[in-house]
Amino acid sequence: MNRKLILLNLSIVLLFVLGTTVLAQDATEEAAAEAGAAWTCPDGFQGQELSFYNWATYVAEDTIPNFEAACGVTVLVTNFGSNEEMLDTLRAENKGYDVIVPSDYTVSIMRAEGLLEPLDKTNIPNIANVSPGLLDRAFDPGNEYSIPYQWGTVGVGYDVNAVAEVLGEGVELTSWEQIFNYPERRVAWLDDGRILIGTALVYLGFDPNTENMDELQQAVDFLIEAGQKNVVALAPDNGQELLATDQVDVVIEYNGDIFQVADACAADAAACGTEYAYTIPQEGGNVWIDNMAIPVGAPNKALAEVFINYILDPQVGADISNYTLYASPNQASIDGGLIDPAYLESTAIYPDAEAMTSLFNLVGFTENFEVEQAYNDAWTDIKIALGQ
Amino acid sequence: MADQALGSRSAGGQAIEFDQGKIRRDMLIRRIGKIGLLINPIFAYFFLWAPIIVLVVFSFNAGRNVFVWQGFSVQWYTNIFNNTIQAGTEAANFNTQQILNAVGNTIVVGIAATIISTALGTLVALGLVRGRFPGKKALDAILYLPVVIPEIAQGVSLLVFFGILFDYAESVSGSRVSYGLGTIVIGHVVFCMSYVAIVVRARLADMNPRLEEAARDLGANEWQTFWRVTFPLILPGVVAGALLAFTISLDDFVVTFFVQGVGTSTLPILVYSMLKRRVPPEINAISTLMLLVSTILVGVSLAMQGRNAAKRT
Amino acid sequence: MTSSVQPVTKPTREKSRGIFTALPAAIWLAIFFVLPLLIVFIMSFMSTGRGGRAVMPLTIENYVDVFDRFISVVQRSLWIGLLTTLVCLLVGYPLAFFISTRKSAGMRNLSLFLIILPFWTNFLVRTYALQTILGNDGTINGFLQSIGLISEPIAFLNTPEAVIIGLVYGFLPFMVLPIYASVERFDFRYVEAAHDLGANDLWAFIRIVFPMTLPGVIAGFILVFIPAIGTFVTSDLLGGTRGLMIGNLIQQQFRNNQPLGSALSIVLMGMVMIALLIYIRYGDQENS
Repeated sequence: MNRKLILLNLSIVLLFVLGTTVLAQDATEEAAAEAGAAWTCPDGFQGQELSFYNWATYVAEDTIPNFEAACGVTVLVTNFGSNEEMLDTLRAENKGYDVIVPSDYTVSIMRAEGLLEPLDKTNIPNIANVSPGLLDRAFDPGNEYSIPYQWGTVGVGYDVNAVAEVLGEGVELTSWEQIFNYPERRVAWLDDGRILIGTALVYLGFDPNTENMDELQQAVDFLIEAGQKNVVALAPDNGQELLATDQVDVVIEYNGDIFQVADACAADAAACGTEYAYTIPQEGGNVWIDNMAIPVGAPNKALAEVFINYILDPQVGADISNYTLYASPNQASIDGGLIDPAYLESTAIYPDAEAMTSLFNLVGFTENFEVEQAYNDAWTDIKIALGQ
Repeated sequence: MADQALGSRSAGGQAIEFDQGKIRRDMLIRRIGKIGLLINPIFAYFFLWAPIIVLVVFSFNAGRNVFVWQGFSVQWYTNIFNNTIQAGTEAANFNTQQILNAVGNTIVVGIAATIISTALGTLVALGLVRGRFPGKKALDAILYLPVVIPEIAQGVSLLVFFGILFDYAESVSGSRVSYGLGTIVIGHVVFCMSYVAIVVRARLADMNPRLEEAARDLGANEWQTFWRVTFPLILPGVVAGALLAFTISLDDFVVTFFVQGVGTSTLPILVYSMLKRRVPPEINAISTLMLLVSTILVGVSLAMQGRNAAKRT
Repeated sequence: MTSSVQPVTKPTREKSRGIFTALPAAIWLAIFFVLPLLIVFIMSFMSTGRGGRAVMPLTIENYVDVFDRFISVVQRSLWIGLLTTLVCLLVGYPLAFFISTRKSAGMRNLSLFLIILPFWTNFLVRTYALQTILGNDGTINGFLQSIGLISEPIAFLNTPEAVIIGLVYGFLPFMVLPIYASVERFDFRYVEAAHDLGANDLWAFIRIVFPMTLPGVIAGFILVFIPAIGTFVTSDLLGGTRGLMIGNLIQQQFRNNQPLGSALSIVLMGMVMIALLIYIRYGDQENS
């Protein structure tokens, strides 16, 4: 090859590379600009109230204030710690909640029991932003009653230094066995019967949604035996706090909650004095989709739909995911480059296809409420036994 | 006679027999008693006050850490009023508006519950002390029960009761009422009333009934007797009862927890939900302010009682 | 009990005098106190339906459950309640004695005030303060570590002991005040008499002082035991898995199994009533 040709080739390659980069940059900026166009509130809601019944630490700092400012409304936020808590509250009485955030299997239960209002999707055009893979799932075919909010996993959060001290330097937490047999009495479990029992069932090789009472009993016995050895507390969606205040070394929790304290700790490492990590043991953990829905008896359904539409805005959705550190169902936020790329690349937040195969979904026992009651009773029995 | 404590009286009296061994042993017991009587209060006061002092001191801590001292600052106090919470931390759980709402709710509930329970409690105390009617004994007994029945039992029973009541109301009228400030006030009145009645009753029992008789003998009717004689005499008791009711209402967590509605959190409810999360340093400042308010309230009520005592003698 | 010695009130004009002033409170109590408790009582004999709601038929299954599945929690609640009361007594009695034997009235009032003031602070705030002190990176562990007494923090939180400490902290004034009232009223010439008869301080205390201040002790016992046994906040915030008490179960069961929650409440109230009966039988002699 002569030098001219080489030069030519090089320049073509260079041009190509430059060009695509510039083009790509344009595209990103365009998308960002498009998405960045601040969400506008439809008129006519000034002075109204919206009651949002949500998990704790599950919105960005300015999500609610911005909505209040945009619509001229007041939003009352109440928190719950588990699907069961929210479900039981609403079964007893809708005290005035307009928007709730049930997980997948709870949506199917609430749907079956007639606790949800059908959504008028003409008021929620932003549903187009949601990743198609997360729509039309079995728990709500056609998304008649619910639209995804965030999704994530339940795994193990741990204090890296403390675990190294107990299990030995360089030992990685890869199996549930290490969690259930952790030698120090410094473990906390999520106070969520379905998830913990489901995890134990999977660990024992059963279906996490089994209706076989023998298998359920085996899981209960297993959890009691394991828990009596090392569990100090059952944490209703606040296990990350037990970790951060050094009450436990290991906690079974939602991934985002762990990342929240891990990031806070990394930001001020000197004051924190340790580091926190999250892992999903190889046997698998629960993967869930939390959804926005409107409960029957909601005082302000119209504003609730406006609010759901607002949350699905690419920028608003991205802000939430960037703050809560859960996976975003909002394809427009992801495509628009609004989500921090570091988070998008993290397999702990967005598990890869291989990891996905080991994760399990929970299914609501909509046919047979005795099964649900049996799981409830089983969880109560476990709680009592852990106290002994 | 208070000065003749066990430990301070000189030994023996006119003991007849002097057994050296016994005396020595008795003196030893006395010394142990004396030391115990000194150590125990030191320990007890330390136990009662140390957590509160830690709390107050750390409300002025410059760092976010609520355990390690990092210098003096009033930033948590200014944060409460300015709502400038540092970004990227636990602030999502905490904003000024939320606190102001909770304070507002607490005060509204406290005032409403105090007014109703003071009126009902005073009236029932009058009825029970001066009156004679069938069922008086039963009422007397039931009146004291809210003070002793565990709060959680009261809370859940009211929760269930209101649930049934609302269902019924909906089936009759078609519109739905729900839990809120009203249900909280109703729940608070139940036990506040009992405390008011107990205090007012004690005052009434101290009062000489002849004063009322005298008023009637001088031609005053029941109404005049009550407003001109009875009421002024029991007023200190009524005020003390009202203050007690107000503080108990401000402090109540359990009953409120069960009968609260959406957006009607009182301050104790808000503090509880914060304790369940990461504790923001502002909570130390809020607690210190709450301590200040209760101290002032106690001071006022003690002053009132002091005046009462002075009047009585 | 000789409270009937009071002079019989003169017959009045009306047969049911005072009923109208007592009526509003009576109605309020009937509707918002007695009726709800009755509903809970009835519900405790009902079966569990969908969503934990109470349905027919009637059953005693819930009580069987309480005394079978939940017996360990009931026992723990009793145990924690009794231990709390005992610790309060051991700390509170000498304290009440100390206060009532201060020579100047000012000193007495001050020491009393210092007992009462923390108790006027919000209960949750006090529990939180205790949390910061007992925590692994809390004041006590920090202090013990800094003086080199321990290398690893001691886990105070999430234990039944933490619950007892929390309850003692919360209810100590309830023990001190009635005992103080009893000691205050006690005539110390009895002790002099005992000394004259050759008794030493210990003996005089056991035979004279303690029995004569017993009504105050029993009143304190009731005032501490009742709220302690029914607590759910303290055990929730300080207890962890091993501090689970009957109050926590009631709170949880009322969400997903109301009849069972009702039965637990009735059993809790039963325990309180037994304590009250003991009080009425042995403690109420002060008034005579």
